[in-house]
Amino acid sequence: MIGAVPMTHGLMVAGMLFVLGLVGLLVRRNIIYMLMSIEIMLNAAGLAFIVAASRWGQPDGQIMFIVILSTAAAEVAVGLALVLRFYSRFKTLDADVANDMRG
Amino acid sequence: MFSLLWLVPAMPFAGFVILALMGSRLSRNAIAAVGAGTVGISAVISLGLGMRFLLLPPPGHAYTVNLWTWIDVAGFTPHVALYLDALSMVMTLVVTVVGFLIHVYSIEYMRDDPGYSRFFAYMNLFVGSMLVLVLADNLLLLYLGWEGVGLCSYLLIGFWYSDPANGRAAVKAFVVTRVGDTAMALGLFLLFTKLGTLDIQDMMERASQQWAVGSGLAILAAALLLGGAVGKSGQLPLQVWLPDAMAGPTPVSALIHAATMVTAGVYLIARTHTIFELAPPVLMLVAVVGGATLLLAGFAALTQRDIKRVLAYSTISQIGYMFLALGVGAYSAAIFHLFTHAFFKALLFMAAGAVILALHHEQDMFKMGGLRKQMPVVFWTFLIGAMSLAALPLVTAGFYSKDMILYEAWSSKIGGPVFWAAGCFRAVITGLYTFRMIILTFFGEQKTAPGHGPGPFIQVPLIVLALFSTIAGFLELPRTLGDMPLFSHFLRTALPHAPLHEGSVNVEALLQIIAEVGVLGGVIAAIILFARKRRHILNLMAKPWAAALHDFWFAGWRFDALYNALFVQPYIHLAQVNKDDFIDGIYNGLARAAAAFNRALSVTQTGRLRWYMMGIAVGAVIALTLVVFL
Repeated sequence: MIGAVPMTHGLMVAGMLFVLGLVGLLVRRNIIYMLMSIEIMLNAAGLAFIVAASRWGQPDGQIMFIVILSTAAAEVAVGLALVLRFYSRFKTLDADVANDMRG
Repeated sequence: MFSLLWLVPAMPFAGFVILALMGSRLSRNAIAAVGAGTVGISAVISLGLGMRFLLLPPPGHAYTVNLWTWIDVAGFTPHVALYLDALSMVMTLVVTVVGFLIHVYSIEYMRDDPGYSRFFAYMNLFVGSMLVLVLADNLLLLYLGWEGVGLCSYLLIGFWYSDPANGRAAVKAFVVTRVGDTAMALGLFLLFTKLGTLDIQDMMERASQQWAVGSGLAILAAALLLGGAVGKSGQLPLQVWLPDAMAGPTPVSALIHAATMVTAGVYLIARTHTIFELAPPVLMLVAVVGGATLLLAGFAALTQRDIKRVLAYSTISQIGYMFLALGVGAYSAAIFHLFTHAFFKALLFMAAGAVILALHHEQDMFKMGGLRKQMPVVFWTFLIGAMSLAALPLVTAGFYSKDMILYEAWSSKIGGPVFWAAGCFRAVITGLYTFRMIILTFFGEQKTAPGHGPGPFIQVPLIVLALFSTIAGFLELPRTLGDMPLFSHFLRTALPHAPLHEGSVNVEALLQIIAEVGVLGGVIAAIILFARKRRHILNLMAKPWAAALHDFWFAGWRFDALYNALFVQPYIHLAQVNKDDFIDGIYNGLARAAAAFNRALSVTQTGRLRWYMMGIAVGAVIALTLVVFL
């Protein structure tokens, strides 16, 4: 395919997305934002698979993306349920409040 | 008749078992009946055996009964066997008869004690163990009895256990005698490995065949046995436990620490005399130990305030006499003195106990006085016992036995005038402290009012023993006074005669007169110093050197302080150092390191999700870096 995006560019975008998600996960205290950051990181991984698949012309990467997508969907379902429980228990969405397991 | 021999030790053991198992459910009368009755049966049987032994002695003048085989391992087969010869017959009679009288006395003496059945159980166990000791056919069984009496001594010294001082005295007695017992156990090991048997008669025979006189092995074996004897009999240097042993009830002091157990060392040496004869230096050491102890304890007795401690030092001193006699080869004289001493010393202790009981457990002689009128029976019996102890001439048992020892010490081939002089000098001191005790206790003005006087259970044994303390001496009349050596004649089948130089009767008479002048001098000096002219004593005590000497003797020549500094304190120090077990330090250190590490790690467990995320991220970066750059 002519004019295709070079793989390095695609991987750089995926890396940037991943780091963005990671930084978001580390700096945000709101648990909803943390979930969103995780989604971004998952999508970064998915993008890396797509880029690699298009570079080698293999369908495996797309299959992996679909797997990631469905995993993310399941994760969000469970995650949001946990968020609801979290909120009803702590009356807040601040993840740092839940530190009962402090050693 | 001789087949009843096993009953003699078995009866007190049966009494012990009954009292130990059912003592708490029996009435006081039943306890007294079991406790004194079993020993009484033993006494009757042994009196019967004694009659039979005199009239119709068993073949070879010894009767052995093999009850059962104790152990049978690789040629080591000690039997539980009893051996009755003239020597063990005398000891059995002393133990059962004196033991029975003391049990009868205890019925009244201990009447108000809450531990009545416990007391009689221990006393019965003691009598049984002592009989095993004296009747044992082999040294292992003898050692069993030896340890049994040591255990009972410990239990009875600490009988009133609620006072920690009594417990300490008991532990002291046990530990100090243990030093001697360890030596004795080593002696038994040596004898068994070298001679291949522990049977006493066999062993003596093999020893005299295999060992030359003065050979190293014989000397070592005899010295180790002597160690055991010295510990049990309260001789130098292990005498420190006996004065403290007076913490026990008075019947215990009379039975164990005067009449029977403390003389076990004398019995042991007489029993194994063949080995001692093969080791002349050790035999000499026995005499020297005896001589040194009798002087040392005599001076200590002179200064004591507690009536029982006077008697305790006097016992140490009298056993010193017996050791002196053993050391010069006068075994019969030693056993004869053991025999008479058992009567008069038990009598003295029991009479002192009656005084102590009447004065509500007051033992300080300086708080007694003037009891002669209130307690005539106790006074007269005490006086008879004291005269016997001081060996006043002709009418007392102590005179004949002491005289026999002194004469044989003078004329023995291994003795000599030195030992005679020590014994003679000792006789002066004995007269002095004995009559000091009598004057302080029974004469002068009354300082403490006595409670009710002693009842029949106390008076009858006192009178019986007073009788024995007088007539027992007539069993052995010296050449100057009738020449009737019945006692040593009886013992001749078991013990050899002392190796005496030929001496004329005149020399013997002269020696007796010198010794008796010494005794009477001591008695008269006591009467003058303590009754008539007290100011001489007070003047003397005002001088600093005399006061220092008094304190020195009062503390028993400061042996306690010496041993405390030499053994006890270093041991306690060592224990303190090692209290937090040195080896444990390594493992405790490991545990502490693990705990510190754990605390450091648990700080990282903040419970915050983002902190963990950070950990994962940093970890991942590090892992990636490693993968990429390495």
